[in-house]
Amino acid sequence: MHTALDSLNAAMSAHPLLVQALAAVAKTVFMMTVVMLIGGLILSWVERKQSAIMQDRIGANRAAILGVRAWGLFHNLADAAKGILKEDFIPPDANPFLHTLAPFLAVSTAVVAFAVLPFGGTVHLWGQSVDLTIAPLPIGILFVWAMMGMGVYGVVLAGYVSNNKFSLLGCLRATAQVISYEVATGLTVLGALLFYRSLDFRDMVAWQMGHNLGQVPFLGHLPDLGAVLAHIPAWGVFLQPLGFVLFFTATIVEMTRIPFDLPEGESEIIGYNIEYSGMKFMIFMMSEFVESLLFAWVIVLVFFGGWSLPGLHLGDGVAVLFGHALPYASGVALEAAAMALKIVFFLWFQMLVRWSLPRFRYDQIMHLGWKIMLPLALANLAVTGVLGVLAR
Amino acid sequence: MPKPKMTFVERLYLPEISKGLALTSRHFFRNLWHHSLASLGLESRDRAMVTIAYPEVRRPYPLVARSRHRLTKREDGSPKCVACMMCATACPADCIFIEAEEHPDPAIEKRPRHFDIDMSKCVYCGFCVEACPEDAIRMDTGSFELAYFDRKGLVYDKEFLLNDDPHAVPAHAEPLSRGN
Repeated sequence: MHTALDSLNAAMSAHPLLVQALAAVAKTVFMMTVVMLIGGLILSWVERKQSAIMQDRIGANRAAILGVRAWGLFHNLADAAKGILKEDFIPPDANPFLHTLAPFLAVSTAVVAFAVLPFGGTVHLWGQSVDLTIAPLPIGILFVWAMMGMGVYGVVLAGYVSNNKFSLLGCLRATAQVISYEVATGLTVLGALLFYRSLDFRDMVAWQMGHNLGQVPFLGHLPDLGAVLAHIPAWGVFLQPLGFVLFFTATIVEMTRIPFDLPEGESEIIGYNIEYSGMKFMIFMMSEFVESLLFAWVIVLVFFGGWSLPGLHLGDGVAVLFGHALPYASGVALEAAAMALKIVFFLWFQMLVRWSLPRFRYDQIMHLGWKIMLPLALANLAVTGVLGVLAR
Repeated sequence: MPKPKMTFVERLYLPEISKGLALTSRHFFRNLWHHSLASLGLESRDRAMVTIAYPEVRRPYPLVARSRHRLTKREDGSPKCVACMMCATACPADCIFIEAEEHPDPAIEKRPRHFDIDMSKCVYCGFCVEACPEDAIRMDTGSFELAYFDRKGLVYDKEFLLNDDPHAVPAHAEPLSRGN
């Protein structure tokens, strides 16, 4: 056993490229498992159960395997079986290729965006430093925005090739809504980026871990308060509270969930996906869930310090929690747990919003986007920039 | 009616939706707590929900609730009905069909040869029960689940109406669902 481990260590140390290649494969497999498991399976269960518990119901719990109900988890399997077995209907006048392409375009752009999202810092394996990001792009957040913009092509295509006027109207609503709010999404996060001075998610998290509110210009110089603020981590949400609220709102619009679900409007107004059935329809649903995970992840990275845990410092092979030394591995585990908990919280909060608020009217969405969020985002950016210049 | 004016705080929108989110999350955490206790067997799951698990659990219906009809019986088991047609006359939905025949007992004038109620037409008004001079028809079986694959299943004949089992299903019908 020991000799096998030793020879593995020797082989890994001798071939740095092999380490990097294996790490790349492992990172990709891990990320895809997380995205598919949460986006494809868990979130639809969470949606059913959380809404039920919020509304004093029990929720779906009848699907059972050999009498085991497992809190309704098997409903997802039943859904998948139903989606695959259902007739895959393509309207007679629709282009079959484009009609099939649309759902895949919608979900794949959302999935690809996860390539630049880090799920941890840098780890050292056999003398190689491995970034816990599939593709550590220096322009990470721009890539996410680009993929978000691409995501609307799937919706446009779905509405356009279905040869149905209701899908066409639905896709026009979707396009107008998503494009209007892309402006606000970008501008709201720029205020935070002024602090981090980087488009790389890893740099943003590193900045938030390395600073506290006492070091922030103006805040830190407040008498009495400066010392207290020095104990609070400089997370984006404390530096940019308005930016956070606006960004969170804009992400809900971007993933077209209630209260901004004008493109689908499943209960009254019908949307771009009415000519879709079976698994293709479910892929559209899945792309919404994947986007909701994506935005929860981005919010945690940009506004909530990523994997940072207040009081925990990871050095070179040592972990310190409030002055007590910890084994390095448990420090890493704590960081991972902090990251996961923050993401879970935002997934929960997105569901809470989705099941609490009534849908906006279309003119209200446009009013909110262009006349309220855009000026507020610009003002937020301007004030942040001016204060930043004054603080020099 | 004039539209109520919203105050400035209300028009800010965020404070108001925070109240809404606080309400729904309060329900979420309260029910989650009760569900957790119920999973440990410490209390009944009823506290975590207002719904009932319907086919297994049913709400007790009030005694005066009007449900599927039944024909009451004499001591010998034959229907009390004397085929006077009062119920069929009173019926606003025109869903009672009676064919009379002579009763072998000379003290009783008539009896129904056929007594059919088309439940797909019945409006559950209870006029037939009020109209009956012999207390021969009642709507107290407690049976509401009238669902069949075929309309014929909803036409109840005399033999079927004589039973008062709330879960009975006509022999000629295939039920959509059968309660426990």
